[in-house]
Amino acid sequence: MNAVEASNITKRFGQTVALNDVHITVADGETHALVGRNGAGKSTLVSMLTGLNRPDSGEITFRGEPAPPVSDRQAWRTKVACVYQKSTIIPTLTVAENLFINRQNLDGGPVISWSRLRRTASDLLSEYGVDVDPNTDAADLTVEQRQLVEIARALSFGAKFIILDEPTAQLDGPAIERLFERMRSLRAAGVTFLFISHHLQEIFEICQTVTVFRDARHIVTSPVADLSKDQLVESMTGEAVGLGAGSARPTIGTKSILDVQGLALGKHFSGIDLSVRKGEVVGIAGSASSGKVELGEVIVGLRKADVGTVAVAGKTLKPGSVPAALAGGVGFVPEDRHKEGFVPGMSIAENATFPISGRLGRFGAVSGRRRAAVAEKMIDELAIKTSGPDQDVADLSGGNQQKVVMARALSSEPSLLVLMDPTAGVDVKSKENLLDAVDRAAAAGTAVLVISDELDDLRPCDRVLVMFHGSVAGEFPAGWTDNELVSVIEGIGESSGE
Amino acid sequence: MSDVSTPAVAARPRLQMARLRDLALLPAIVVLLAVGFIASPIFLTTGNLLNVVQQQSELGLVVLGEALVLIVGKMDLSLESTLGFAPALAMVFVLPTSEHGLGLGLPEWSALPVCLLVGVAIGAINAFLVLRLQLSGFIITLGMLITIRGVQQGLTHGQSLPGQDMPSLSYLGSAMWLGVHASIWIFLALFVVAIVFVGYFRHGRSLYAIGGNESAAKAAGIRSTRVTAIVLIVASVLAALAGALMVGRLGSDSATQGAGWIFNAFAAAVLGGISLNGGKGTMFGAMCGVLMLGLVQNILTLAHVDGNWIGAVNGAIIIGALVLARLTTGKAQD
Repeated sequence: MNAVEASNITKRFGQTVALNDVHITVADGETHALVGRNGAGKSTLVSMLTGLNRPDSGEITFRGEPAPPVSDRQAWRTKVACVYQKSTIIPTLTVAENLFINRQNLDGGPVISWSRLRRTASDLLSEYGVDVDPNTDAADLTVEQRQLVEIARALSFGAKFIILDEPTAQLDGPAIERLFERMRSLRAAGVTFLFISHHLQEIFEICQTVTVFRDARHIVTSPVADLSKDQLVESMTGEAVGLGAGSARPTIGTKSILDVQGLALGKHFSGIDLSVRKGEVVGIAGSASSGKVELGEVIVGLRKADVGTVAVAGKTLKPGSVPAALAGGVGFVPEDRHKEGFVPGMSIAENATFPISGRLGRFGAVSGRRRAAVAEKMIDELAIKTSGPDQDVADLSGGNQQKVVMARALSSEPSLLVLMDPTAGVDVKSKENLLDAVDRAAAAGTAVLVISDELDDLRPCDRVLVMFHGSVAGEFPAGWTDNELVSVIEGIGESSGE
Repeated sequence: MSDVSTPAVAARPRLQMARLRDLALLPAIVVLLAVGFIASPIFLTTGNLLNVVQQQSELGLVVLGEALVLIVGKMDLSLESTLGFAPALAMVFVLPTSEHGLGLGLPEWSALPVCLLVGVAIGAINAFLVLRLQLSGFIITLGMLITIRGVQQGLTHGQSLPGQDMPSLSYLGSAMWLGVHASIWIFLALFVVAIVFVGYFRHGRSLYAIGGNESAAKAAGIRSTRVTAIVLIVASVLAALAGALMVGRLGSDSATQGAGWIFNAFAAAVLGGISLNGGKGTMFGAMCGVLMLGLVQNILTLAHVDGNWIGAVNGAIIIGALVLARLTTGKAQD
């Protein structure tokens, strides 16, 4: 008997095909891994399997029975439960009430008996060995406790099939071990799991079968034991597309521009030393939990490090201050362009010249003419598709918005350029324009730090550092192969030394 | 308080803490009663205290509605205008043209039902604009506040409408039941209903779920749009009913009835522990907030504070009380 079987599933969102005729079969009682790089279609499949979205075509069955209609949430919850990356806990209510949300009247009567609710919640939590006080406000739970509460709630609906969407991303080592211990004992009790993770090591540890998606297609399904790590990485990456590789830049200078010493920030990273020289492009790779983005944010002043120093061109920057970083010659592209990258409703010219508005006129006034001239030049250099510098940034496509963010970073002619996920969610052509701009900046002597897990972003780098759980796990000079880089990113444990 | 919050005691005291937060305003009310006793000998008389409750009953219904709206994670500023507009519209439907009416010739008994139906209509329009058209609730209900106040001004030429010839509308606000004003019974009864409903019924709890995390509430099968729309309508109806009570108490509906009340309504709710971000707070707390504001005002009057200064003192006391509530609960108000 199969816990779930999905066949010939296709789903389009507008122009993009999110799932292209994929299939997956999860046998009863197994722990099945679903892996693939970003954009492979994993989360779309999860939304189909949990009934939040309807496939355009294809069929889903649970233990041989066709899936309930999308509108019938109650029926879906008895078939499948999912612990999403995004919490489905209501922080203002107690754990007990969260466990029985929208069914608090346990005896079916109209009036809620709170003592009975607390008792039943307490029983449920102890049945699954979750050591949480049911009277706690859910807001006070740790990530680990929250996941356990969500798992317990899922099981209380009678679902025997549970999807875990990157459950380990926000957990530390011992918590991951405890989660696996629990998954093993639940599996022994007959619970089936679909386990999604970016850490391949975990798949070899906990899963029996693995399915690989790539570019919205099903690539392979195989018992984990029959697959070597190399084969798994190969099927995830496929043939790499050669983008902007091997561009000739003048030789790197000897003067060090960025010097990072002994930097540490909470649970994100510690003991980071790093230096980038004039004209050098250094990549930092790593998974979401590696701390790479937090490192970038500390360097540009968005966050304040616990210890350690950041110096640009020999001068130590005031920690946690973006103005100090900008004044010190740092330009940057933040991770989330919608949140920190641009101001919707303002024109391209205004957005692109924020850091240099002081230089565009006298006595705090901004000369519209001079601003437009600067913006025209950037539009030209970055090939921004627009009707002119006065167009509202909100009306541009994602790729062109990102170019405006890049233009802003370049506008002050920084000596250090820090790029966080600079090509996330942009199309191939825009990606090329953006990476060309990086190339030109480096050729002009700018030191560049590219923080990304997109291999295309990292390929033009002179060297790539890989971070894993908050420290540097490996360093690769240009010319690395996808497989060796990805295995260190995913934490399989082969570093450059092997 | 300090001994129950020590980490050594676990499960049970936590629960008591949660309950204590509900009762956080009771000490403040006791202090006010003492201050009032010192300020004036007639303060602590049954007559005066019932008077306070009667005067707060209208604001109380508005706070009840606003608290429900806040818990579900929205805001409704237009309630203060509904308070004057709903009875005014009902009256112009009934009154002849010679008395600022529209001369529609509706029977007198229909005034109260029409008043409440106007509340339903305003709530439904708010719900449509905020939920269906996805407009900002704050600014839309602010616009509604100004619009319906203006319509009332236009219809009545800025005049007060007489309530004496309108027994159906003015009955509830002026009648005595068992020797106590009917409005006091209504105020207490509606709060008890609300306390029980949001505390002990699944549909009542869904308000907290929606205000706390709407997508999670939806995933749990709660029809959040429908529930929120009903809450907005109920709040408007409560404001309309409060308007009818006020017409009965004062004998007429002035063109500025309810103007400026929304600050007191929000202040009472927040004092009572309702979060402006949704999902938090109890009806009992909101009720204590209302009574507290009433006591403050009563004491200021009895202490012969200069009428021109009452506004300033009242506002400053409310701000002070909010600061105090922030310090005693130890949690950020949001």
